[in-house]
Amino acid sequence: MRRVVVTGLGMVTPLGSGVDATWSRLVEGQSGAGKITDFQVDDLACQIACQIPRGDGTNGTFNADEWMEPKEQRKVDPFIVYAMAASTQALRDSGWQPKTYEEQCATGVLIGSGIGGIGGIYEASATLIERGPRRISPFFIPGRLINLAGGYVSIEHGLKGPNHAVVTACSTGSHAIGDAARLIAFGDADVMVAGGTESPVNRLSIAGFAACRALSTGYNDTPEKASRPYDKDRDGFVMGEGAGVVVLEEYEHAKARGAKIYAEVIGYGLSGDAYHITSPSEDGDGAYRCMAAALKRAAIDVSEIDYVNAHGTSTPLGDELELKAVERIMGNAAGKLSMSSTKSAIGHLLGAAGAVEAIFSILAIRDGIVPPTINLDNPSVETAIDLVPKQAKRKEVNVALSNSFGFGGTNASLILRRVS
Amino acid sequence: MSDVADRVKKIVVEHLGVEADKVVENANFIDDLGADSLDTVELVMAFEEEFNVEIPDDAAETIVTVGDAVRFLEKNAA
Repeated sequence: MRRVVVTGLGMVTPLGSGVDATWSRLVEGQSGAGKITDFQVDDLACQIACQIPRGDGTNGTFNADEWMEPKEQRKVDPFIVYAMAASTQALRDSGWQPKTYEEQCATGVLIGSGIGGIGGIYEASATLIERGPRRISPFFIPGRLINLAGGYVSIEHGLKGPNHAVVTACSTGSHAIGDAARLIAFGDADVMVAGGTESPVNRLSIAGFAACRALSTGYNDTPEKASRPYDKDRDGFVMGEGAGVVVLEEYEHAKARGAKIYAEVIGYGLSGDAYHITSPSEDGDGAYRCMAAALKRAAIDVSEIDYVNAHGTSTPLGDELELKAVERIMGNAAGKLSMSSTKSAIGHLLGAAGAVEAIFSILAIRDGIVPPTINLDNPSVETAIDLVPKQAKRKEVNVALSNSFGFGGTNASLILRRVS
Repeated sequence: MSDVADRVKKIVVEHLGVEADKVVENANFIDDLGADSLDTVELVMAFEEEFNVEIPDDAAETIVTVGDAVRFLEKNAA
């Protein structure tokens, strides 16, 4: 099978627009959480979220007009705008812009989303009820469909290869990168623009996730303290928005054009819990099996893993189950492992989470820094694993594993390795 | 330009993201102003909204230039 490497990174997160802005703030231990101010929340149990800092584009702020024409933005939900921004950043970073017809056909897109245009569906539903069907825009459907993120990206950059999308709730971003890597490994494409995007911060989504009892509700007055994976006072996740996109490339293709190579995708594993629609299986079996599958594909010893970017959403049940599964798979090597949840800082980006977190894993390899689990004051359980509480630390990372687990019992693990 | 023409022009500029000086009477929405078939559907909806009038599909099909829209609305709008 052909080798697949990462040659470009792009992201829009609650810590900023762009990889540099996000990563530097993440390493500093900043939180992207705040009180929701742009819609009514006084009757919602959860009144906080991690939202993208908007502005004129300077100092890491997100200026949508830099990435998509205003008249196009009007037609789509924000998840598509975020995907456009992250994809353009990643392609620029990679230096790859297909010019010939053959190059275009060898370059594809695989960008997923957990719930796509739920905000726009909510608004159009209200229009339909209040004003009737003749007031529904012709852009209502194409601006909400999940695969239209990839559609817009392909049109913008002339990418005529495989055009695909993943929808696996909170595992979407990881599945997108893993599946795209396989398309390259199998020879369906030489380059793939892959990742996840999500714009779930709206009244309907918050109400829905709150009804699932998944969201933090006890920190409405101290939002920056709300996302606290592994801490004994955690009470649910904090919703986040944004996108993460990588450029994946066949190794020889990247080498031949002298591309900067961040890391190699050496492992990808998938599993299903077959247990419950929202709760993870109580024995952590699904998490264990997807990590095991990724390790088998990577053909490395478990002791080679230096860092795990955990799914770690800050829900009472999930964090400890994942931790136990990681302890089980690491065995005697657990004592030298660092594992952090960057959701402590950026919240849970749902379908974008896995892609953003894979990028954090890659940056840990690049910089030799493991990002912190902020707000981890008092771990709820003892473990031999270093959970990187509160502060980033220097550590050589050659191999990193990133976990994602989604509603429906859908799990994915990616393993990334330094290319020397 | 009449009041109707000014309002039509404003809608076209806003929805199609084109320069105001391109929105002349004989400008064709698709050929001259870069609209696609979905844009034209939305334009008609915007005219309906602005002028509080219903434009049936068969009438909408005859509105292909800025002037067509202005003439239709001058005749039919309340």
